[in-house]
Amino acid sequence: MSDQISIAARRFGYGLPLSEGAATSPGAILAGLDTADDMARIWPVPGMAEVLPILQHAQAGRRERRMTGAPSETYETAVRLSRQVARDAARATIARALDAPCGFRERLVAFWSDHFTVKARNPPEAVLPEAMVTDAIRPHLSGKFADLLIAATLHPAMLVYLDQVASIGPGSPFGRRRKRGLNENLAREVVELHTMGVGAGYGQDDVRQMAELLTGLDATAAEGFVFRPNRAEPGPETVLGRRYDGEGLEPVHAVLRDLAARPETADHLSRKLAVHFVADEPDPALVAAMVQAWRDSDGTLRAVYGAMLHHPAAWGAEMRKARQPFDFIIAACRALGLDGLRLASLPDRPVQRQLIAPMALMGQRWRGPGGPDGWAEDARAWITPQGMAARIGWAMESPQRLIRDLPDPRDLAQRSLGADAGEALLWAVARAETRREGVGLLFSSPAFNRR
Amino acid sequence: MERRDFLRGLGAIACSAAAHPLMNTVTLASGRGLGDHRLIVVILRGGMDGLDVVQPLQDPDFRALRPGLPAAALPLTGGFALHEGLGGLAPLWQAGELAFVHATSTPYRDKRSHFDGQSLLEAGTGMDVQVGAARDGWLNRMVQAMPGLRAETAYAFGRESMPLLTGAGPTLSWTPEVRLDLSAQGRQLLEHVFHDDPLFREAGGQALRLSEEEVEMGAAAAPASGPLVPGQDRPWRDVDLLADFAATRLRGETRIAAFSLSGWDTHRGQAAALPRALSRLQRLVLRLRHQSGAQVWGRTVLMAMTEFGRTARENGSGGTDHGTAGAMLIAGGAVAGGRVLGRWPGLAEADLYDRRDLMPTSDLRHWAGWAMRGLYGLDRAVLERQVFPGLDLGSDPGLLL
Repeated sequence: MSDQISIAARRFGYGLPLSEGAATSPGAILAGLDTADDMARIWPVPGMAEVLPILQHAQAGRRERRMTGAPSETYETAVRLSRQVARDAARATIARALDAPCGFRERLVAFWSDHFTVKARNPPEAVLPEAMVTDAIRPHLSGKFADLLIAATLHPAMLVYLDQVASIGPGSPFGRRRKRGLNENLAREVVELHTMGVGAGYGQDDVRQMAELLTGLDATAAEGFVFRPNRAEPGPETVLGRRYDGEGLEPVHAVLRDLAARPETADHLSRKLAVHFVADEPDPALVAAMVQAWRDSDGTLRAVYGAMLHHPAAWGAEMRKARQPFDFIIAACRALGLDGLRLASLPDRPVQRQLIAPMALMGQRWRGPGGPDGWAEDARAWITPQGMAARIGWAMESPQRLIRDLPDPRDLAQRSLGADAGEALLWAVARAETRREGVGLLFSSPAFNRR
Repeated sequence: MERRDFLRGLGAIACSAAAHPLMNTVTLASGRGLGDHRLIVVILRGGMDGLDVVQPLQDPDFRALRPGLPAAALPLTGGFALHEGLGGLAPLWQAGELAFVHATSTPYRDKRSHFDGQSLLEAGTGMDVQVGAARDGWLNRMVQAMPGLRAETAYAFGRESMPLLTGAGPTLSWTPEVRLDLSAQGRQLLEHVFHDDPLFREAGGQALRLSEEEVEMGAAAAPASGPLVPGQDRPWRDVDLLADFAATRLRGETRIAAFSLSGWDTHRGQAAALPRALSRLQRLVLRLRHQSGAQVWGRTVLMAMTEFGRTARENGSGGTDHGTAGAMLIAGGAVAGGRVLGRWPGLAEADLYDRRDLMPTSDLRHWAGWAMRGLYGLDRAVLERQVFPGLDLGSDPGLLL
């Protein structure tokens, strides 16, 4: 049966073995969030300020292409640079997960990056989702949810992905002159996905008014985020019965703070966290405790995590969740002893072939969920015939390509699953014809794929 | 209705159905499986703009609503014209193998969310059931209504999960991209390791079986990779792989197939974005037709449906936003085609839903229901209570030959 160390490692981190002195108690795991973000420093990923030159290049290249009617070398260079930045960022993200002394922090980064899903819609934009993690997600992990919401909503990656840059107040000077109008996409998702939840108490009018309120938010290659008063719809807006008036960003911040403070938001996000970390159908008492903590702390995320970590229902021995493909590959690599340094020594090709491409085959394309609602949580969405075929295929082939000598599969089972290995699995692993298949069996097993 | 009541209701129907005298024809039919007919459902994710795909060129209000989007050039009937992006389907239209339904929608209204919209489309329920409450899809409930089918009968193809075909009825899903290199011993040990966890036992077991079969079939199917209707059609490698694998299954035991295609959420630059999505849909239809062969295609109905249509008006960025009614594409040798079905509501401001969207004049479950009834002889009561609970099936639109 699972013991506390095993549960701490698998449910709230990236699995066993834990590094020396790693946190296993609720208090220690939580305290890990209060320390400096070493992983971001050791394995850096550029933010918006650093990637703007690439986007400026892309823009200049597009202009060149329009003028000459021929392919532009400038544009191609921007695409190459952008792809390289994105590849390096994927590598850094993997390295952080491999090396993190507090896996919980990296798991939270993944959770919130998914909650605020953004995707690149053309090649030069590949840098944007990575910049958003750096600028908006990592710095706001354990503070007020309202601050995280504002940072994510106003980030250029979000404004571009959900079409806010194309939404113009029809009554604004720019809108009247150019006969341009609203685009509701971001307004809808902020209310529906990012805060209150699908079907909570809002209507089409609220979405429409929210869209009017958000006009003026824009992003450019020259400056990144900008607010353009001449695109903002004039006059007050009413969202969920509250009137917003005023100039500039002030009403935008106000409506986001109000949405963050809604009881529906506390319910929606507490449950979503519990579903992600603990169980697809979490104990209602666990969710209730988290909602209570949310209310008592005015939406301070650290307090909500604390309520989860301190609740007995979060430490049930039964492993009911399925590891998502990223978590699966990280857990296997950690068990094999791969670390950030060894990863850094590998050329791009094996990293793509052994780590990035297989995730896509397992159903989780890097930074590529189907839509703004992000990845599925339900174990049944991942453990499908094709998902399992891809996991088995990876488990049998990739380990030998990532480390020089495969370990004895029996030792590996002990190291990566501890008491959860179970007799049937140990029996089977010991009977494999080769080390390769023994390791493959272990990583394909339900015990290894659940958490 | 609360979720629990709803699910209990379905369970009760399913249990009593087996003993019901009206069900005997179906029970008997299941001895021969589903007979020889194939039903293919394609879910178009993102909200296809039916007004752009099947354009009501003779509607007096149409052009003014969409000054920036290009006009369609391929005439259909009733004053409608087909978007150029589906130009490769012209031979099917001429052969009477292609029809459209216009101004149709699910019962989903007002919130215009992709996720809710798709959830309702695939659950096949009405707005009286809480969105997301139904745990199975309507195509799966059809499978449940035909007891004794083998999993091979119904297949979801592709990487994406298909809630449409998820549920208690036996089905399979697969994507033709994975290869497994395992010893016989390795296979046996894997089955042993999966055994005690039902989810892994089922999914892992199927993975092992399918990967084995695929190696056998791999060499046999090596078809042409160029256009199928030159000048109108181009290959998409992933679509071709899927269609070829599906066609092999459809030539064999499989009778029900489900796919999904995304890329329809055209909020901006629709003139460029829509042709890409249409090209993939067109390729799927053409490739399935080509690879399944005349005999199988002659007994096939393919229905492509989406979670909602888009706004009647073009938006401020050369695109359209989430709307209500849209269009459905129906293709196959078993279709009485060459028609644009459905009642046209008009596009005058007062005729629009909420003064912004095309007004729905039919429930798309009506068309799907009649297709299933026509293909497999499903009882009206089964369709109205079990497959599409609460639907009034209405009168026969004569979809099939």
